[in-house]
Amino acid sequence: MERQIWPYIGRRLVMTIPVLFGLTVIVFFIMALIPGDPATAILGSYATPENVAQLNAQLGLDKPLVQQYLTWLGNVVQGDFGRSYNQNREVIEIVGERFGATLILAGTALVLCSIFGLLVGIISAVYQYGWADKILTLIVLIGISTPAFWLGLLMIMLFAVQLRWLPASGMFAVYGGGDLPDLILHLILPASTLAFIATGVIARLTRASMLEVLRQDYIRTARAKGLNERRVIYRHAFKAALVSIVPVIGIQAGFVLGGAVYIETVFQWPGIGSMLVNAISTRDLLLVQGGVLVVAAAYVFFNLVADVVQVMLDPRVST
Amino acid sequence: MTTATANATQLKKRSGRAGPLALLLRNHLAGFGLVVLGLVVLTVLVTPWLPLPDPNATALSDRLLPVFSDGHFLGTDQLGRDLLSRILWGTRVSLAVGITATLVAATFGSVIGLLAGYFAGRVDGVLMRGIDMLMAFPYILLALAIVAVLGPGLLNALYAIAIVNIPFFARNVRGVVVTLRNREFVDAARLSGKGNTLILLTEVLPNVLPVIVITMSTTVGWMILETAGLSFLGLGAQPPQADLGSILGEGRRLIINAPHVATIPGLVIFVLVMSINLLGDGVRDALDPRLKAGALLRPAARTQVANEAKTAARGEQRGLLEVKDLHTEFRIGQDIHRAVNGPTFHIEPGECLGIIGESGSGKSVTAMSLLGLVASPPGVIASGQVNYRNENILGVSDDRLRHLRGGELAYIFQDPLSTLHPLFTVGDQLVEAMRAHHPYSYREAWDKAVTLLENVRIPNARERAKVYPHQLSGGMRQRVSIAMALANEPQLLIADEPTTALDVTVQAQILKLLNQLRREQDASLMFITHDFGVVADICDRVAVMYAGELVEVGPVAEVLANPAHPYTQRLIACVPDVNRKQGNLTEIPGLPPKVSDLPVGCKFADRCDRAVERCRQAPIDLEPLTDQRQARCIFAREVL
Repeated sequence: MERQIWPYIGRRLVMTIPVLFGLTVIVFFIMALIPGDPATAILGSYATPENVAQLNAQLGLDKPLVQQYLTWLGNVVQGDFGRSYNQNREVIEIVGERFGATLILAGTALVLCSIFGLLVGIISAVYQYGWADKILTLIVLIGISTPAFWLGLLMIMLFAVQLRWLPASGMFAVYGGGDLPDLILHLILPASTLAFIATGVIARLTRASMLEVLRQDYIRTARAKGLNERRVIYRHAFKAALVSIVPVIGIQAGFVLGGAVYIETVFQWPGIGSMLVNAISTRDLLLVQGGVLVVAAAYVFFNLVADVVQVMLDPRVST
Repeated sequence: MTTATANATQLKKRSGRAGPLALLLRNHLAGFGLVVLGLVVLTVLVTPWLPLPDPNATALSDRLLPVFSDGHFLGTDQLGRDLLSRILWGTRVSLAVGITATLVAATFGSVIGLLAGYFAGRVDGVLMRGIDMLMAFPYILLALAIVAVLGPGLLNALYAIAIVNIPFFARNVRGVVVTLRNREFVDAARLSGKGNTLILLTEVLPNVLPVIVITMSTTVGWMILETAGLSFLGLGAQPPQADLGSILGEGRRLIINAPHVATIPGLVIFVLVMSINLLGDGVRDALDPRLKAGALLRPAARTQVANEAKTAARGEQRGLLEVKDLHTEFRIGQDIHRAVNGPTFHIEPGECLGIIGESGSGKSVTAMSLLGLVASPPGVIASGQVNYRNENILGVSDDRLRHLRGGELAYIFQDPLSTLHPLFTVGDQLVEAMRAHHPYSYREAWDKAVTLLENVRIPNARERAKVYPHQLSGGMRQRVSIAMALANEPQLLIADEPTTALDVTVQAQILKLLNQLRREQDASLMFITHDFGVVADICDRVAVMYAGELVEVGPVAEVLANPAHPYTQRLIACVPDVNRKQGNLTEIPGLPPKVSDLPVGCKFADRCDRAVERCRQAPIDLEPLTDQRQARCIFAREVL
């Protein structure tokens, strides 16, 4: 009666295709809604009408919208997101460069907030309405209510400016850096800031699902068997609660990827978020399009992983 | 019930159940949030009339004055503008934008949710796929893309934040509407010829309002944070317009020389959002019916036992296990539900005692009370004794209790689908039961587990040990439960309606197996059921329970032949008998009394044909009839 996990993953991958397709539709048409003429935007207001018309033809902007979309989609599938007219480089190149940095930051933050969120949630549930629960609930609420960019500034002021323990910005030291310890040193402040903000949701959900599970009949059975309370909570209750927590960790991946925008800006982390903010300010729309699409696709992937983990945890879900 | 007592109960109910507002105010943190938020809102409302400098008046000679400077309470920024004034005006903007975005998102989201939930089918499919697409984007990223399209600006930031929050409202509202769609009052409105729009507005909307309010109160803080974030990034408010986020963003480059320019607006955002979230949590809790009912409380590892029950002095113990005057109650708010009202009984070694009664008669709670398995809160064992081998179980240490549970005293529960852990294999759960009491290695225990499964006649046991409970049939699952209970060779098995959830044919097999195995192991059996037929099959003695007290006790054959209590007679009449005609099968009319409001006299009087005035006046005692039999009825002796 072993379930086949690989065919499930395969089928689940196939199911992401329409989602990715939908993402391209939304991204493309949002960009197509932009008021004004992209060619004019690219060439600047000094361009002659002939030049504008020529560029429009060159970009295929004189074709119907659907045809434009299909051409664009064909290019995207081949990895061609167009050129950033501001940096005069291929979008895919810039995004590729930046994406790794965002993954490192967001990935670290996601791992940290999952660990702390689960721990805090379990402790809160076990000592429901006790002092530990009250203090943790308050800290969680502080995390949820704190502007990430402000917390980042405070961290820089305290740990980089005042105490001089950690570097204030960037991913590597300008001189002589570039190795792993250097990266970790630069990662501590931005990743922990991002994680602190993101812990709250997981902690709250963990607390709620633990409380829900602890009322189930099978927990009473575990106690009736004579198991000690630690085993009841950490093995029986936690495993069952995890089934409903894992998908939310997948959703939190989106929160962390989005929150990286602020954190990257504050800490000058060379990731996709800070790139997007610059691209929006300079109206570098193809770069925005490429960046948003890649991050959204990464989010879809994170959710896929969360779904697969959930299925592996829960034998009742048919594959 | 007399009018006076009826009024008294109603009064008690009214004071016992608090309204949402009272609940909200009882929550100190929410109250604190309300006060802080109120102060902030009040301050920004009167800001235009406060004696403050113009927030946009620059004075280059007064650049970057520190906090508490003359004439500038919070100092000045890089252009010499008064920070206090800028922050107060900025807070006005941030609050206005946050609240507007919330209203926009709530309106559009609720409309989508109402339509999708109400019309279902295709409308639902199209709308919700759209919502799913929005949710496929990381939250802030979508807002960024929208701002990228619309261009930077406060109004555009507002739209962007509102749009990305629409899905939360749409999903929550749809979830509720789907459950309301086919309710009687909606059908009634439809039959009365009301149009869909009218039904949605007058019948459905009022019922979803709480959900909309909860979603608003939990998302408004978010929206203020996110609009501030967009402004911080330079994509929201554009100079000279300023909100808290853009003030912070402008001050960001000055954190070394003039940290107050960035930190103070950030602090204001934090205080604002924190107070909103504290209040929002309070609102959510106050509107959550589960919280009011105490359904979200964590049950402790063992039932709470009142001190007098722990230390109660023991006399000479009868039998293997003796229960004396046990009182278990559920304390929910101001109400006390008295589920178990002082049954006294014992079980001899090797004996099978049946405990019979309707559902709600307190028989399961009695069984759970023995080893402290009643969920607590709200359960409390208020008084009584549970003596096992001259030890009052109610007073033993947690560690001792853990050894008794599943060791010498083992339970078999009613529904094995919910009582076996869904995420562990059955073999694993058996191994765990054994290793909680014996120092076996995992391998050893696994082999023993397979033997146990063979003993309960599960074919192909070695393979079956590897499956999960949901992969077995109901009968097989209950065999697993029995195997688990027998794992440590208990002295007493407590079986709580072990066959109720099963098919009739399987019931008989399981009963036979259970009885056979407990005889082989020479274990006593306490068998809880509502079925006299089952009692007749396997029990030696029977105790009949009604409204938490025993109404009759005696040897099964004697009670069956000559029941002394009218309730017992009725229960026996419920058993279908193939030798009798179908017509004799009778139900007991009426319902048992509410355990939160028990009558003084005989608790069965309201459903009894023979009840007279004397039955209701004073408590009726459980009187001995012979040395083996007892009954709680003033007419009991007439029967014998």
